[in-house]
Amino acid sequence: MKLHIKYDIHFCCKIVLQEQLDKLQLHYSITGLGEVEIKGNLPTAQYNELEMALKKYGIEIIDNPKYVLVQKIKDAIVELVYLKETLPLANNSAYLAEKLNKAYNYLSDTFAQVTLTSIQSYIIYHRIERTKQLIIEGELNVTEIAWKLNYSSVAHLSNEFKKITGLTPTGFQRIIGTRKETDINNPGPLAIPLAPDLSTMSEGQTVANKS
Amino acid sequence: MYYDPLHIVLADDDDDDRLFFKDAIADVKVKTVVAMVNDGVELMDYLNKPDLRLPNLVFLDLNMPRKSGMECLKEIRSNPKLKDLVIAIYSTSGLEKDIEETFVKGANIYIKKPSDFQVLKTLLDKVININWQYHTSNFNKENFILYVE
Repeated sequence: MKLHIKYDIHFCCKIVLQEQLDKLQLHYSITGLGEVEIKGNLPTAQYNELEMALKKYGIEIIDNPKYVLVQKIKDAIVELVYLKETLPLANNSAYLAEKLNKAYNYLSDTFAQVTLTSIQSYIIYHRIERTKQLIIEGELNVTEIAWKLNYSSVAHLSNEFKKITGLTPTGFQRIIGTRKETDINNPGPLAIPLAPDLSTMSEGQTVANKS
Repeated sequence: MYYDPLHIVLADDDDDDRLFFKDAIADVKVKTVVAMVNDGVELMDYLNKPDLRLPNLVFLDLNMPRKSGMECLKEIRSNPKLKDLVIAIYSTSGLEKDIEETFVKGANIYIKKPSDFQVLKTLLDKVININWQYHTSNFNKENFILYVE
């Protein structure tokens, strides 16, 4: 029988993190936006053990300050894309600068240097990812999705979708639909939400993880 | 994570196309390591090597002797060890039904081979950059579909 599963990735990662930290009997607090404060010293041997244990789950400890900042920017962007569904935000750059307490130019330069893409492009990639997710979930049509994601019009969404993927939203939907129908052995793509469930998490909690 | 180069394999039976590809990819901003094979049989032999570090991206020509791109695609997607590979079809064919068929059969990317070198450079830059974003962020690879021409 086929089970359809919905994941809350951020919740899942938080539990894994807690379990691994508890296993090493560490005293800690998860301070938010991908940060864990370990109370007292963490000897190298234990650090390595923790790092290896987390790696098995695709969770990585970041120790390069630039990479740390980039991950914070990425986490903030994910929240921003999801937040925009509930309130139209004035300005992406103002939101990020305020949230991360750094000048936007600095954020933008560091991000581009590390990821080889701009913050603006990355925001668009996430919007398109969210669009794909909603298309696959199948509960909203393209017009409703455009409205939900705060696009100025369906045409705006379709144009952006086509620019990034080379396909129209309907073309994409058709391909995924046909894949599911013709592929008996392989279950279709899982509906994996990318963002935190904002209703259950406290402010700023996310965990950096690597795909 | 950000410092690892992307491992790429190209399967193409045409010498000129392989050279064209190699030169074009040299200028792409994302760091890459490229391996080349001459046809579908060589590709599957390569991918099935027991201790191979799986590539991040496979470019697959559709029209190859001995084993076609479509046959390779089918084999890759039905092999548990290989089924999550990101596959880019690299082909001269521009027929919409062919394109859609490759996506339905599980290809992630479809690139229509350009005759212009500069255009190829731009296309590869876009494809590899987007693929790298998938690699360094938690985007869902199963929904990764990209068509470029």
